[in-house]
Amino acid sequence: MQDLTIEELYEEFEDLPDWDERCDYLIDLGFSLPELPAESKTEENRVHGCQSNVWLVADIKKSNPPTVEFLANSDAVIVNGLIAVIAALYSRKTPQEIISINAEEAFKKLGLERHLSPQRRNGLYSMVQRVRELAVQAEAQS
Amino acid sequence: MIPLDIEAVRGDFPILQKPLPKGLPLVYLDSGASAQKPQCVIDKEREVYENYYANAYRGVYRFGAIVDEELEGAREKVRQFIRAEHSDEIVFTSGCTMSLNLVASGWGKRNLKAGDEILINEMEHHANFVPWQQLAAQTGATCRFLPLTDDGRLEMARIGEVLSDKTKIVAVTGMSNMLGTLNPIDELAKKAHDAGAVIVVDGAQSVPHEHTDVVASGIDFLAFSGHKLYGPSGVGVLYGKRELLEQTAPILFGGHMIDRVYKDHSTWASSPAKFEAGTIQIAQAIALGAAIDYMGTLGMDKVQEHERNVLEYAYNRLQEIPGMRIYGPGVEHRGAITSFTIDGAHPEDLAQLLDRKGVFVRHGHHCTMPLHDLLGVSATVRASFGVYNSRDDVDALMDAIQFACQRLRLT
Ligand SMILES: Cc1ncc(COP(=O)(O)O)c(C=O)c1O
Repeated sequence: MQDLTIEELYEEFEDLPDWDERCDYLIDLGFSLPELPAESKTEENRVHGCQSNVWLVADIKKSNPPTVEFLANSDAVIVNGLIAVIAALYSRKTPQEIISINAEEAFKKLGLERHLSPQRRNGLYSMVQRVRELAVQAEAQS
Repeated sequence: MIPLDIEAVRGDFPILQKPLPKGLPLVYLDSGASAQKPQCVIDKEREVYENYYANAYRGVYRFGAIVDEELEGAREKVRQFIRAEHSDEIVFTSGCTMSLNLVASGWGKRNLKAGDEILINEMEHHANFVPWQQLAAQTGATCRFLPLTDDGRLEMARIGEVLSDKTKIVAVTGMSNMLGTLNPIDELAKKAHDAGAVIVVDGAQSVPHEHTDVVASGIDFLAFSGHKLYGPSGVGVLYGKRELLEQTAPILFGGHMIDRVYKDHSTWASSPAKFEAGTIQIAQAIALGAAIDYMGTLGMDKVQEHERNVLEYAYNRLQEIPGMRIYGPGVEHRGAITSFTIDGAHPEDLAQLLDRKGVFVRHGHHCTMPLHDLLGVSATVRASFGVYNSRDDVDALMDAIQFACQRLRLT
């Protein structure tokens, strides 16, 4: 699942027309999300605006140009599934690419916009916001 | 006593007649947050808009007069429902939150000074917690806490440690919105009065489920919301004893609440007008009267008995689930609320998976963060029951929990 791309996700979701099936798929993704080490679950790494706890860190790969790997965990499984979606959308991209990605469009395409409550959506966009901030930091450091 | 005719009651609520997508029946277990509305309440609100709507307390024309009469009729229904002595003791507010803030700011700021104490406890909803915290910060008074027992009741045996002649206000909920605990209001009122304090009761949860008699219980101020009592949202009530409302300053200023306005100062009307500045929730307050009529037709005794029955069934069945923790006291000390966690399941996941089976429950801290801190959990799932819930709803909840546990790989 580490290597799941957003295109593969679009295809998966297309094969799952029913929201319940998509939700089950998100749960599967959530269960296979890599664990964030306990020492990363700090207040500093916590994403505010999510109902459940979410911790998010960025790992900058010193390639040329540098790419960013996002690692995040929540204590809720469905949120972990959403984190996997975000990882598919943003991971292993350069900071420049990350900043130009239109997350809203991707979530719409996945039907997430329609099926998430406004609270959940806010949480999702809080994560997107954090990813973008970390990308900007990575860009500044490179 | 003839039991409540649950099928007839369910028939009164149009929302329960409409299946969810895929034909799932709606299992609404969040009446503690807000109750569904019977047809008669919806009809009453429509009636106002369709037949005689006008602003209140303004016009002598026909509609104005009908609206005034309907509003005063609703106020009278509230008075009878909570057994208050005078209808001028019934103030319409925007809800329980505003009612409690009105007491804290309007009465509290006038009557408290540095060194005084406010007695609260950790089970209170933020609406009956933060206003006292603020009042303490503004006046130099101190909030004291009546300890809770391990099973989530007020530890009355220790009240002497925290209640004294320094106590000016005892603020307490009639029924906890998280634990379901029913508090001994009569006893608290007596103890508060003996210490020279007033008692403020948050009736948001208790008024829709239990008989309320402000005089017999010795309640000084009572706050509750219409929307949890099967009435419209946006309207609530503050009851205050006449002489206490006289000592209470208004917190909103403007039209209708004045007696006389001069260029350099103003004087106030008497209660309830003094606290009802501006245009109030006209149609909502009138329809709240219809909700109270509805509860009267059902009979609060029957409602209480029915809900107790459903609660007992739920409390026993929930314990069949492995890893289940139900917070709060046994059924003999609680109203129709169960908050729980299941080991290994995040409340947010549970709530979302229950929704897939058409079972609507709330998750989170339920506006009781200090209580969750005390219990050492960050969130819980809450199933709360209303007049229209039955044992079938509990069975549906059980099935949905089993489904959720399976999806969360707990079974
Ligand atoms: C015990 C309790 N007090 C106060 C409130 C606040 O009511 P409202 O939001 O209608 O003002 C609630 C509502 O959740 C409650 O359960």
